[in-house]
Amino acid sequence: MAIIEIKNLTYTYPGATKPSINDVSLKVDKGEFVLITGPSGCGKTSLCRCFNGLVPHFYQGELKGEVTVAGIDTLKHHTYEMAKHVGLVFQNPENQLFALSIEKDVAFGLENNGVNREVMRKKVDWALHQTGIYDLRERSPHEISGGQQQRVAIAAVLAMEPEIIVLDEPTSFLDPLSAAKIFEVIYKLNKESGITVILVEHRLDLTAKYTNHLIVMDEGKICFEGDPRQILSTEETRLMGVGIPKATLLFQMLKKEGFDLSGKTPLSSDELADELLEAFKQ
Amino acid sequence: MIEAQNVRFSYPNKVEALKSVSLTINDGEFVAIMGQNGAGKSTFVKHFNGLLKPSQGTVRVDGVETTKTSVATLARNVGFVFQNPDHQLFSETVEDEISFALKNFGFEQEVIKKRIDWALNLLSLTQYRKTSPFLLSGGERKRVALASVLAWDPQTLILDEPTIGQDHEQKEKLRQFIMQMQTQKKTVVIVTHDVEFVAECNPRVVLMKEGKIVADGVGKEILTDPALLELSSIVLPQIAQLFTKLSPLGFPKDVIDIYEAKEIILKAKESRRQE
Repeated sequence: MAIIEIKNLTYTYPGATKPSINDVSLKVDKGEFVLITGPSGCGKTSLCRCFNGLVPHFYQGELKGEVTVAGIDTLKHHTYEMAKHVGLVFQNPENQLFALSIEKDVAFGLENNGVNREVMRKKVDWALHQTGIYDLRERSPHEISGGQQQRVAIAAVLAMEPEIIVLDEPTSFLDPLSAAKIFEVIYKLNKESGITVILVEHRLDLTAKYTNHLIVMDEGKICFEGDPRQILSTEETRLMGVGIPKATLLFQMLKKEGFDLSGKTPLSSDELADELLEAFKQ
Repeated sequence: MIEAQNVRFSYPNKVEALKSVSLTINDGEFVAIMGQNGAGKSTFVKHFNGLLKPSQGTVRVDGVETTKTSVATLARNVGFVFQNPDHQLFSETVEDEISFALKNFGFEQEVIKKRIDWALNLLSLTQYRKTSPFLLSGGERKRVALASVLAWDPQTLILDEPTIGQDHEQKEKLRQFIMQMQTQKKTVVIVTHDVEFVAECNPRVVLMKEGKIVADGVGKEILTDPALLELSSIVLPQIAQLFTKLSPLGFPKDVIDIYEAKEIILKAKESRRQE
Protein backbone atom coordinates (compact mmCIF):
# COMPACT_ATOMS: atom_id res chain seq x y z
CA MET A 1 0.00 0.00 0.00
CA ALA A 2 1.36 3.41 -0.91
CA ILE A 3 2.10 5.58 2.13
CA ILE A 4 3.39 8.40 -0.06
CA GLU A 5 1.89 9.24 -3.41
CA ILE A 6 2.97 12.19 -5.50
CA LYS A 7 1.30 12.97 -8.82
CA ASN A 8 2.73 15.37 -11.42
CA LEU A 9 4.29 17.67 -8.83
CA THR A 10 5.86 20.90 -10.07
CA TYR A 11 7.04 23.47 -7.54
CA THR A 12 8.72 26.87 -7.86
CA TYR A 13 10.09 28.85 -4.89
CA PRO A 14 8.94 32.49 -4.60
CA GLY A 15 11.21 34.65 -6.73
CA ALA A 16 12.85 31.70 -8.50
CA THR A 17 12.92 31.70 -12.29
CA LYS A 18 12.59 27.97 -12.80
CA PRO A 19 10.90 25.15 -10.89
CA SER A 20 12.94 23.22 -8.29
CA ILE A 21 10.70 20.18 -8.76
CA ASN A 22 9.58 19.49 -12.30
CA ASP A 23 6.71 17.08 -12.98
CA VAL A 24 7.65 14.45 -10.41
CA SER A 25 5.44 11.42 -9.78
CA LEU A 26 6.39 8.97 -7.07
CA LYS A 27 4.95 6.09 -5.05
CA VAL A 28 6.46 4.80 -1.82
CA ASP A 29 5.03 1.74 -0.10
CA LYS A 30 4.70 1.39 3.66
CA GLY A 31 7.88 -0.03 5.20
CA GLU A 32 10.16 0.84 2.29
CA PHE A 33 13.70 2.22 2.71
CA VAL A 34 14.05 4.75 -0.10
CA LEU A 35 17.36 6.37 -0.99
CA ILE A 36 17.36 9.64 -2.96
CA THR A 37 20.55 10.91 -4.59
CA GLY A 38 21.64 13.27 -7.37
CA PRO A 39 23.88 16.30 -7.96
CA SER A 40 23.69 19.18 -5.48
CA GLY A 41 20.84 21.55 -6.36
CA CYS A 42 18.84 18.84 -8.15
CA GLY A 43 15.74 19.20 -5.96
CA LYS A 44 16.32 16.53 -3.29
CA THR A 45 15.85 18.87 -0.33
CA SER A 46 12.85 20.58 -1.95
CA LEU A 47 11.18 17.19 -2.42
CA CYS A 48 11.80 16.34 1.27
CA ARG A 49 10.06 19.57 2.23
CA CYS A 50 6.93 18.37 0.39
CA PHE A 51 6.57 15.24 2.51
CA ASN A 52 5.49 17.18 5.61
CA GLY A 53 3.97 20.20 3.90
CA LEU A 54 6.79 22.70 4.57
CA VAL A 55 6.46 23.14 0.84
CA PRO A 56 4.22 24.96 0.16
CA HIS A 57 2.84 26.08 3.58
CA PHE A 58 6.09 27.54 4.97
CA TYR A 59 8.07 28.24 1.80
CA GLN A 60 5.06 29.49 -0.20
CA GLY A 61 5.74 29.62 -3.94
CA GLU A 62 3.79 27.99 -6.72
CA LEU A 63 2.78 24.34 -6.60
CA LYS A 64 0.95 22.15 -9.08
CA GLY A 65 0.07 18.49 -8.64
CA GLU A 66 -0.93 16.26 -5.74
CA VAL A 67 0.94 15.11 -2.63
CA THR A 68 -0.68 12.50 -0.37
CA VAL A 69 1.26 11.34 2.68
CA ALA A 70 -0.15 8.80 5.17
CA GLY A 71 -3.53 9.27 3.50
CA ILE A 72 -3.50 13.04 4.07
CA ASP A 73 -3.52 15.66 1.32
CA THR A 74 -0.57 17.84 2.41
CA LEU A 75 -1.84 20.80 0.44
CA LYS A 76 -4.99 20.96 2.55
CA HIS A 77 -3.41 20.16 5.92
CA HIS A 78 -0.80 22.14 7.75
CA THR A 79 2.71 20.98 8.71
CA TYR A 80 1.83 20.62 12.41
CA GLU A 81 -0.87 18.09 11.47
CA MET A 82 1.67 16.16 9.41
CA ALA A 83 4.22 16.11 12.27
CA LYS A 84 2.56 13.10 13.93
CA HIS A 85 3.03 11.08 10.75
CA VAL A 86 6.24 12.43 9.25
CA GLY A 87 9.51 13.29 11.04
CA LEU A 88 11.95 15.42 9.07
CA VAL A 89 15.65 15.68 9.93
CA PHE A 90 17.07 18.78 8.23
CA GLN A 91 20.37 19.04 6.45
CA ASN A 92 21.54 21.78 8.81
CA PRO A 93 20.78 20.81 12.43
CA GLU A 94 21.03 24.42 13.60
CA ASN A 95 17.81 25.16 11.72
CA GLN A 96 15.94 22.73 13.88
CA LEU A 97 17.32 22.96 17.43
CA PHE A 98 16.13 25.66 19.82
CA ALA A 99 15.59 24.41 23.38
CA LEU A 100 17.80 25.14 26.38
CA SER A 101 18.83 21.53 26.83
CA ILE A 102 19.21 18.58 24.50
CA GLU A 103 16.72 16.59 26.55
CA LYS A 104 14.09 19.33 26.19
CA ASP A 105 14.68 19.54 22.47
CA VAL A 106 14.12 15.81 22.12
CA ALA A 107 10.99 15.96 24.32
CA PHE A 108 9.42 18.95 22.55
CA GLY A 109 7.37 17.06 19.96
CA LEU A 110 6.04 14.61 22.53
CA GLU A 111 5.05 17.45 24.87
CA ASN A 112 3.07 19.06 22.09
CA ASN A 113 1.27 15.82 21.44
CA GLY A 114 0.28 15.60 25.11
CA VAL A 115 2.12 12.34 25.81
CA ASN A 116 2.08 11.48 29.52
CA ARG A 117 5.18 12.13 31.55
CA GLU A 118 6.28 8.56 32.21
CA VAL A 119 5.90 7.49 28.60
CA MET A 120 7.70 10.63 27.50
CA ARG A 121 10.62 9.90 29.86
CA LYS A 122 10.97 6.42 28.39
CA LYS A 123 10.77 7.54 24.77
CA VAL A 124 13.22 10.39 25.25
CA ASP A 125 15.75 8.19 27.04
CA TRP A 126 15.40 5.52 24.36
CA ALA A 127 16.04 8.06 21.56
CA LEU A 128 19.02 9.56 23.44
CA HIS A 129 20.54 6.09 23.86
CA GLN A 130 19.94 5.09 20.24
CA THR A 131 21.83 8.14 19.00
CA GLY A 132 24.58 7.91 21.63
CA ILE A 133 23.97 11.31 23.29
CA TYR A 134 22.43 10.23 26.61
CA ASP A 135 25.41 11.60 28.54
CA LEU A 136 25.04 15.00 26.86
CA ARG A 137 21.32 15.35 27.68
CA GLU A 138 21.66 18.33 30.00
CA ARG A 139 23.94 20.35 27.73
CA SER A 140 22.68 23.13 25.48
CA PRO A 141 22.27 22.08 21.85
CA HIS A 142 24.17 25.21 20.86
CA GLU A 143 27.40 24.42 22.68
CA ILE A 144 28.02 21.01 21.13
CA SER A 145 29.73 20.10 17.83
CA GLY A 146 27.97 19.95 14.45
CA GLY A 147 28.09 16.16 14.50
CA GLN A 148 26.53 16.01 17.94
CA GLN A 149 23.82 18.47 16.87
CA GLN A 150 22.91 16.11 14.04
CA ARG A 151 22.44 13.32 16.57
CA VAL A 152 20.10 15.54 18.61
CA ALA A 153 18.02 16.34 15.52
CA ILE A 154 17.75 12.62 14.74
CA ALA A 155 16.88 11.76 18.35
CA ALA A 156 14.11 14.38 18.37
CA VAL A 157 12.52 12.72 15.36
CA LEU A 158 13.05 9.15 16.58
CA ALA A 159 11.37 9.96 19.92
CA MET A 160 8.14 10.77 18.07
CA GLU A 161 8.15 7.32 16.42
CA PRO A 162 6.49 8.67 13.28
CA GLU A 163 5.26 6.37 10.49
CA ILE A 164 7.67 8.04 8.07
CA ILE A 165 11.16 9.41 8.74
CA VAL A 166 12.66 11.75 6.16
CA LEU A 167 16.41 12.37 6.58
CA ASP A 168 18.20 14.96 4.46
CA GLU A 169 21.94 14.14 4.56
CA PRO A 170 21.54 13.51 8.29
CA THR A 171 25.14 12.52 9.07
CA SER A 172 27.19 14.91 6.92
CA PHE A 173 28.99 16.40 9.97
CA LEU A 174 29.53 13.03 11.67
CA ASP A 175 32.69 10.94 11.65
CA PRO A 176 32.38 7.82 9.47
CA LEU A 177 32.03 5.30 12.28
CA SER A 178 29.33 7.37 14.03
CA ALA A 179 27.56 7.85 10.68
CA ALA A 180 27.60 4.10 10.03
CA LYS A 181 26.15 3.48 13.51
CA ILE A 182 23.32 5.97 12.94
CA PHE A 183 22.47 4.36 9.60
CA GLU A 184 22.36 0.97 11.35
CA VAL A 185 19.91 2.35 13.95
CA ILE A 186 17.68 3.71 11.21
CA TYR A 187 17.87 0.48 9.24
CA LYS A 188 16.96 -1.53 12.33
CA LEU A 189 13.92 0.68 12.99
CA ASN A 190 12.90 0.20 9.39
CA LYS A 191 13.23 -3.59 9.55
CA GLU A 192 11.84 -4.16 13.05
CA SER A 193 9.17 -1.49 13.41
CA GLY A 194 8.28 -1.10 9.75
CA ILE A 195 8.92 2.67 9.77
CA THR A 196 9.10 4.01 6.24
CA VAL A 197 12.46 5.72 5.62
CA ILE A 198 13.31 8.34 3.01
CA LEU A 199 17.03 9.08 3.06
CA VAL A 200 18.83 11.71 0.99
CA GLU A 201 22.54 10.90 0.58
CA HIS A 202 25.52 11.44 -1.70
CA ARG A 203 27.56 8.71 -0.03
CA LEU A 204 26.12 5.60 -1.63
CA ASP A 205 29.11 3.56 -0.43
CA LEU A 206 27.65 3.85 3.09
CA THR A 207 23.97 3.55 2.26
CA ALA A 208 23.20 1.73 -1.02
CA LYS A 209 23.17 -1.61 0.79
CA TYR A 210 20.08 -0.65 2.79
CA THR A 211 17.75 -0.02 -0.11
CA ASN A 212 16.01 -1.69 -3.00
CA HIS A 213 14.35 1.56 -4.06
CA LEU A 214 16.89 4.08 -5.31
CA ILE A 215 15.84 7.40 -6.82
CA VAL A 216 18.30 9.50 -8.84
CA MET A 217 17.25 13.11 -9.44
CA ASP A 218 18.64 15.73 -11.79
CA GLU A 219 17.37 19.25 -12.50
CA GLY A 220 14.16 18.75 -10.55
CA LYS A 221 13.21 15.50 -12.24
CA ILE A 222 13.47 11.82 -11.35
CA CYS A 223 15.71 10.29 -14.00
CA PHE A 224 16.31 6.81 -12.58
CA GLU A 225 14.22 4.81 -10.15
CA GLY A 226 14.42 1.19 -9.04
CA ASP A 227 16.93 -1.48 -8.05
CA PRO A 228 20.26 0.14 -7.10
CA ARG A 229 22.31 -2.73 -8.55
CA GLN A 230 20.78 -2.14 -11.92
CA ILE A 231 20.87 1.67 -11.83
CA LEU A 232 24.45 1.90 -10.62
CA SER A 233 25.64 -0.40 -13.41
CA THR A 234 24.52 2.04 -16.11
CA GLU A 235 27.11 4.42 -17.51
CA GLU A 236 24.78 7.43 -17.40
CA THR A 237 24.55 7.57 -13.61
CA ARG A 238 28.30 8.10 -13.41
CA LEU A 239 28.12 10.95 -15.88
CA MET A 240 25.57 12.68 -13.66
CA GLY A 241 28.03 12.96 -10.81
CA VAL A 242 26.46 10.18 -8.76
CA GLY A 243 29.03 8.81 -6.31
CA ILE A 244 28.97 5.18 -7.31
CA PRO A 245 30.41 2.89 -4.60
CA LYS A 246 34.06 2.03 -5.35
CA ALA A 247 33.26 -1.70 -5.18
CA THR A 248 30.62 -1.29 -7.91
CA LEU A 249 33.03 0.77 -10.01
CA LEU A 250 35.90 -1.71 -9.63
CA PHE A 251 33.57 -4.56 -10.56
CA GLN A 252 32.74 -2.74 -13.82
CA MET A 253 36.39 -1.90 -14.52
CA LEU A 254 37.36 -5.56 -14.13
CA LYS A 255 34.51 -6.60 -16.39
CA LYS A 256 35.71 -4.21 -19.10
CA GLU A 257 39.17 -5.79 -18.90
CA GLY A 258 37.64 -9.20 -19.50
CA PHE A 259 37.46 -10.37 -15.87
CA ASP A 260 33.73 -11.02 -15.58
CA LEU A 261 32.83 -12.10 -12.08
CA SER A 262 29.36 -12.97 -13.42
CA GLY A 263 27.78 -12.59 -9.98
CA LYS A 264 25.38 -9.79 -9.08
CA THR A 265 26.69 -6.22 -9.21
CA PRO A 266 28.24 -5.58 -5.76
CA LEU A 267 27.23 -2.53 -3.70
CA SER A 268 29.84 -2.95 -0.97
CA SER A 269 33.44 -4.06 -0.53
CA ASP A 270 32.22 -7.15 1.33
CA GLU A 271 30.10 -8.29 -1.59
CA LEU A 272 32.92 -7.74 -4.10
CA ALA A 273 35.45 -9.50 -1.81
CA ASP A 274 33.19 -12.56 -1.63
CA GLU A 275 32.89 -12.69 -5.42
CA LEU A 276 36.65 -12.32 -5.90
CA LEU A 277 37.50 -14.95 -3.28
CA GLU A 278 35.10 -17.31 -5.02
CA ALA A 279 36.58 -16.58 -8.45
CA PHE A 280 40.15 -17.18 -7.26
CA LYS A 281 39.20 -20.46 -5.60
CA GLN A 282 38.67 -22.10 -8.96
CA MET B 1 54.64 27.81 6.63
CA ILE B 2 52.60 27.03 9.73
CA GLU B 3 54.36 26.08 12.96
CA ALA B 4 52.35 25.07 16.02
CA GLN B 5 54.37 24.41 19.15
CA ASN B 6 52.92 22.83 22.29
CA VAL B 7 49.58 24.49 21.67
CA ARG B 8 47.07 24.21 24.46
CA PHE B 9 43.64 25.74 24.23
CA SER B 10 40.71 25.91 26.64
CA TYR B 11 37.28 27.31 25.83
CA PRO B 12 35.71 29.72 28.36
CA ASN B 13 33.69 26.80 29.76
CA LYS B 14 37.07 25.32 30.87
CA VAL B 15 36.91 22.45 28.38
CA GLU B 16 40.50 21.81 27.26
CA ALA B 17 40.12 21.22 23.51
CA LEU B 18 43.84 21.06 22.67
CA LYS B 19 46.36 19.35 24.90
CA SER B 20 49.85 20.31 23.78
CA VAL B 21 49.71 19.93 20.01
CA SER B 22 52.78 20.45 17.83
CA LEU B 23 52.73 20.37 14.04
CA THR B 24 54.71 21.94 11.22
CA ILE B 25 53.16 22.37 7.78
CA ASN B 26 55.52 23.43 5.01
CA ASP B 27 54.70 25.55 1.97
CA GLY B 28 53.13 23.50 -0.79
CA GLU B 29 51.97 20.71 1.51
CA PHE B 30 48.51 19.18 1.35
CA VAL B 31 47.41 17.99 4.78
CA ALA B 32 44.17 16.27 5.82
CA ILE B 33 43.34 16.50 9.51
CA MET B 34 41.03 13.66 10.52
CA GLY B 35 39.56 12.25 13.71
CA GLN B 36 36.29 11.73 15.51
CA ASN B 37 33.77 14.44 16.41
CA GLY B 38 35.04 16.60 19.25
CA ALA B 39 38.71 15.61 18.71
CA GLY B 40 39.73 19.28 18.43
CA LYS B 41 40.27 19.44 14.64
CA SER B 42 38.26 22.60 13.97
CA THR B 43 39.61 24.24 17.13
CA PHE B 44 43.15 23.50 15.98
CA VAL B 45 42.83 24.90 12.45
CA LYS B 46 41.12 28.05 13.74
CA HIS B 47 44.55 28.83 15.24
CA PHE B 48 46.10 28.95 11.76
CA ASN B 49 44.50 32.29 10.85
CA GLY B 50 44.41 33.64 14.39
CA LEU B 51 40.65 33.21 14.92
CA LEU B 52 41.67 31.47 18.13
CA LYS B 53 44.86 32.17 20.04
CA PRO B 54 46.59 29.49 22.08
CA SER B 55 46.10 29.51 25.85
CA GLN B 56 49.66 28.19 26.02
CA GLY B 57 52.31 27.55 23.36
CA THR B 58 52.74 29.38 20.04
CA VAL B 59 51.45 29.34 16.48
CA ARG B 60 53.58 30.99 13.79
CA VAL B 61 52.37 31.68 10.28
CA ASP B 62 55.25 32.49 7.93
CA GLY B 63 57.37 33.21 10.98
CA VAL B 64 54.90 35.65 12.60
CA GLU B 65 53.30 34.73 15.91
CA THR B 66 49.50 34.87 15.64
CA THR B 67 49.22 36.66 18.98
CA LYS B 68 51.30 39.55 17.60
CA THR B 69 49.14 40.31 14.57
CA SER B 70 45.45 40.66 13.64
CA VAL B 71 43.08 38.20 11.98
CA ALA B 72 42.54 40.79 9.25
CA THR B 73 46.26 40.83 8.42
CA LEU B 74 46.56 37.07 8.55
CA ALA B 75 43.46 36.60 6.40
CA ARG B 76 45.17 37.99 3.31
CA ASN B 77 47.51 34.98 3.33
CA VAL B 78 45.40 32.39 5.07
CA GLY B 79 41.91 31.81 3.65
CA PHE B 80 39.45 29.95 5.84
CA VAL B 81 36.24 28.21 4.77
CA PHE B 82 33.96 27.18 7.62
CA GLN B 83 32.26 23.82 8.06
CA ASN B 84 28.82 25.41 7.99
CA PRO B 85 28.46 27.93 5.12
CA ASP B 86 25.67 29.73 6.98
CA HIS B 87 28.30 30.95 9.46
CA GLN B 88 30.02 32.76 6.65
CA LEU B 89 27.53 34.00 4.05
CA PHE B 90 25.75 37.32 4.45
CA SER B 91 25.50 39.13 1.10
CA GLU B 92 22.44 39.68 -1.06
CA THR B 93 23.84 38.00 -4.14
CA VAL B 94 26.47 35.38 -4.85
CA GLU B 95 28.47 37.98 -6.77
CA ASP B 96 28.46 40.42 -3.82
CA GLU B 97 29.55 37.64 -1.52
CA ILE B 98 32.60 36.88 -3.65
CA SER B 99 33.52 40.53 -4.23
CA PHE B 100 33.31 41.49 -0.53
CA ALA B 101 36.79 40.37 0.50
CA LEU B 102 38.31 41.46 -2.80
CA LYS B 103 37.06 45.01 -2.22
CA ASN B 104 38.32 44.96 1.36
CA PHE B 105 41.75 43.89 0.23
CA GLY B 106 41.77 46.82 -2.19
CA PHE B 107 41.89 44.97 -5.50
CA GLU B 108 41.19 47.05 -8.59
CA GLN B 109 37.72 46.97 -10.11
CA GLU B 110 38.86 45.16 -13.21
CA VAL B 111 40.76 42.51 -11.28
CA ILE B 112 37.73 42.01 -9.04
CA LYS B 113 35.54 41.35 -12.06
CA LYS B 114 37.98 38.81 -13.47
CA ARG B 115 38.40 37.03 -10.16
CA ILE B 116 34.62 36.78 -9.69
CA ASP B 117 34.17 35.28 -13.16
CA TRP B 118 36.99 32.84 -12.52
CA ALA B 119 35.64 31.70 -9.13
CA LEU B 120 32.05 31.38 -10.38
CA ASN B 121 33.21 29.25 -13.27
CA LEU B 122 35.51 27.08 -11.15
CA LEU B 123 32.71 26.19 -8.76
CA SER B 124 29.91 25.87 -11.34
CA LEU B 125 28.05 28.88 -9.94
CA THR B 126 27.92 31.19 -12.97
CA GLN B 127 24.17 30.77 -13.38
CA TYR B 128 23.64 31.96 -9.77
CA ARG B 129 25.65 35.21 -10.07
CA LYS B 130 22.66 37.41 -9.17
CA THR B 131 20.91 34.91 -6.88
CA SER B 132 20.75 35.23 -3.10
CA PRO B 133 23.00 32.60 -1.47
CA PHE B 134 20.09 31.77 0.81
CA LEU B 135 17.97 30.54 -2.09
CA LEU B 136 20.63 27.98 -3.01
CA SER B 137 20.87 24.37 -1.87
CA GLY B 138 23.17 23.34 1.00
CA GLY B 139 25.82 22.01 -1.38
CA GLU B 140 25.69 25.15 -3.52
CA ARG B 141 25.99 27.46 -0.48
CA LYS B 142 29.09 25.53 0.53
CA ARG B 143 30.55 26.22 -2.91
CA VAL B 144 29.74 29.95 -2.62
CA ALA B 145 31.68 30.03 0.66
CA LEU B 146 34.60 28.31 -1.09
CA ALA B 147 34.43 30.66 -4.08
CA SER B 148 34.50 33.75 -1.87
CA VAL B 149 37.80 32.63 -0.34
CA LEU B 150 39.45 31.15 -3.43
CA ALA B 151 38.79 34.43 -5.26
CA TRP B 152 41.49 36.34 -3.39
CA ASP B 153 43.99 33.56 -4.00
CA PRO B 154 45.50 33.15 -0.53
CA GLN B 155 48.86 31.41 -0.07
CA THR B 156 47.32 29.00 2.43
CA LEU B 157 43.83 27.55 2.33
CA ILE B 158 42.08 26.03 5.33
CA LEU B 159 38.94 24.11 4.40
CA ASP B 160 36.75 22.71 7.17
CA GLU B 161 34.78 19.78 5.69
CA PRO B 162 34.90 21.00 2.08
CA THR B 163 33.13 17.95 0.58
CA ILE B 164 29.91 18.11 2.63
CA GLY B 165 26.87 18.11 0.37
CA GLN B 166 29.01 17.84 -2.77
CA ASP B 167 28.32 15.28 -5.46
CA HIS B 168 31.05 13.20 -7.02
CA GLU B 169 31.67 15.59 -9.90
CA GLN B 170 32.16 18.59 -7.59
CA LYS B 171 34.50 16.60 -5.37
CA GLU B 172 36.59 15.64 -8.38
CA LYS B 173 36.83 19.33 -9.36
CA LEU B 174 37.89 20.24 -5.85
CA ARG B 175 40.55 17.51 -5.92
CA GLN B 176 41.95 18.80 -9.19
CA PHE B 177 41.96 22.36 -7.87
CA ILE B 178 43.90 21.34 -4.76
CA MET B 179 46.44 19.48 -6.92
CA GLN B 180 46.82 22.61 -9.02
CA MET B 181 47.43 24.70 -5.87
CA GLN B 182 50.17 22.31 -4.87
CA THR B 183 52.00 22.81 -8.14
CA GLN B 184 51.99 26.54 -7.28
CA LYS B 185 53.62 25.75 -3.91
CA LYS B 186 50.46 26.73 -2.07
CA THR B 187 49.45 25.09 1.18
CA VAL B 188 46.11 23.35 1.64
CA VAL B 189 44.84 22.06 4.98
CA ILE B 190 41.51 20.26 5.07
CA VAL B 191 39.56 18.98 8.04
CA THR B 192 37.47 16.07 6.87
CA HIS B 193 35.62 12.87 7.65
CA ASP B 194 35.46 11.96 3.99
CA VAL B 195 37.79 8.94 3.83
CA GLU B 196 37.00 8.30 0.18
CA PHE B 197 38.02 11.83 -0.78
CA VAL B 198 41.25 11.51 1.21
CA ALA B 199 41.94 8.11 -0.38
CA GLU B 200 41.58 9.68 -3.83
CA CYS B 201 43.94 12.56 -2.99
CA ASN B 202 46.47 10.66 -0.85
CA PRO B 203 47.74 13.68 1.13
CA ARG B 204 49.69 13.77 4.39
CA VAL B 205 47.22 12.66 7.07
CA VAL B 206 47.21 13.92 10.66
CA LEU B 207 44.94 11.99 13.02
CA MET B 208 43.64 13.70 16.14
CA LYS B 209 41.96 12.27 19.20
CA GLU B 210 40.86 14.01 22.39
CA GLY B 211 42.87 17.14 21.74
CA LYS B 212 46.09 15.39 20.72
CA ILE B 213 47.77 14.25 17.53
CA VAL B 214 47.90 10.44 17.53
CA ALA B 215 49.34 9.82 14.07
CA ASP B 216 51.00 11.80 11.28
CA GLY B 217 52.08 10.25 7.98
CA VAL B 218 51.37 9.33 4.38
CA GLY B 219 47.67 8.81 3.61
CA LYS B 220 48.23 5.38 2.15
CA GLU B 221 49.85 4.13 5.37
CA ILE B 222 47.45 5.66 7.86
CA LEU B 223 44.28 4.85 5.92
CA THR B 224 45.19 1.17 5.74
CA ASP B 225 45.85 0.75 9.48
CA PRO B 226 42.55 -0.61 10.87
CA ALA B 227 43.55 -0.39 14.56
CA LEU B 228 44.65 3.23 14.24
CA LEU B 229 41.52 4.23 12.34
CA GLU B 230 39.17 2.56 14.77
CA LEU B 231 40.80 4.51 17.57
CA SER B 232 39.80 7.69 15.70
CA SER B 233 36.29 6.55 14.75
CA ILE B 234 37.18 6.39 11.07
CA VAL B 235 36.38 3.49 8.76
CA LEU B 236 38.79 2.08 6.17
CA PRO B 237 38.28 3.42 2.64
CA GLN B 238 36.35 0.95 0.47
CA ILE B 239 39.35 -0.25 -1.51
CA ALA B 240 41.34 -0.82 1.70
CA GLN B 241 38.36 -2.75 3.13
CA LEU B 242 38.36 -4.92 0.04
CA PHE B 243 42.07 -5.67 0.22
CA THR B 244 41.87 -6.51 3.93
CA LYS B 245 39.26 -9.11 2.99
CA LEU B 246 41.42 -10.36 0.11
CA SER B 247 44.51 -10.95 2.24
CA PRO B 248 44.01 -14.78 2.10
CA LEU B 249 44.94 -14.45 -1.59
CA GLY B 250 48.31 -12.99 -0.63
CA PHE B 251 47.41 -9.49 -1.86
CA PRO B 252 49.05 -6.44 -0.23
CA LYS B 253 46.90 -4.67 2.38
CA ASP B 254 48.05 -1.11 1.82
CA VAL B 255 45.97 -0.31 -1.28
CA ILE B 256 43.59 2.67 -1.42
CA ASP B 257 43.63 3.54 -5.11
CA ILE B 258 41.08 1.95 -7.43
CA TYR B 259 43.43 1.81 -10.44
CA GLU B 260 46.18 0.15 -8.42
CA ALA B 261 43.52 -2.28 -7.14
CA LYS B 262 42.49 -3.17 -10.67
CA GLU B 263 46.11 -3.83 -11.74
CA ILE B 264 46.82 -6.10 -8.76
CA ILE B 265 43.67 -8.17 -9.32
CA LEU B 266 44.24 -8.53 -13.08
CA LYS B 267 47.90 -9.46 -12.57
CA ALA B 268 46.93 -12.11 -10.01
CA LYS B 269 44.37 -13.53 -12.41
CA GLU B 270 46.92 -13.65 -15.22
CA SER B 271 49.55 -15.43 -13.13
CA ARG B 272 47.03 -18.05 -11.96
CA ARG B 273 45.98 -18.67 -15.52
CA GLN B 274 49.62 -19.39 -16.47
CA GLU B 275 50.05 -21.84 -13.61
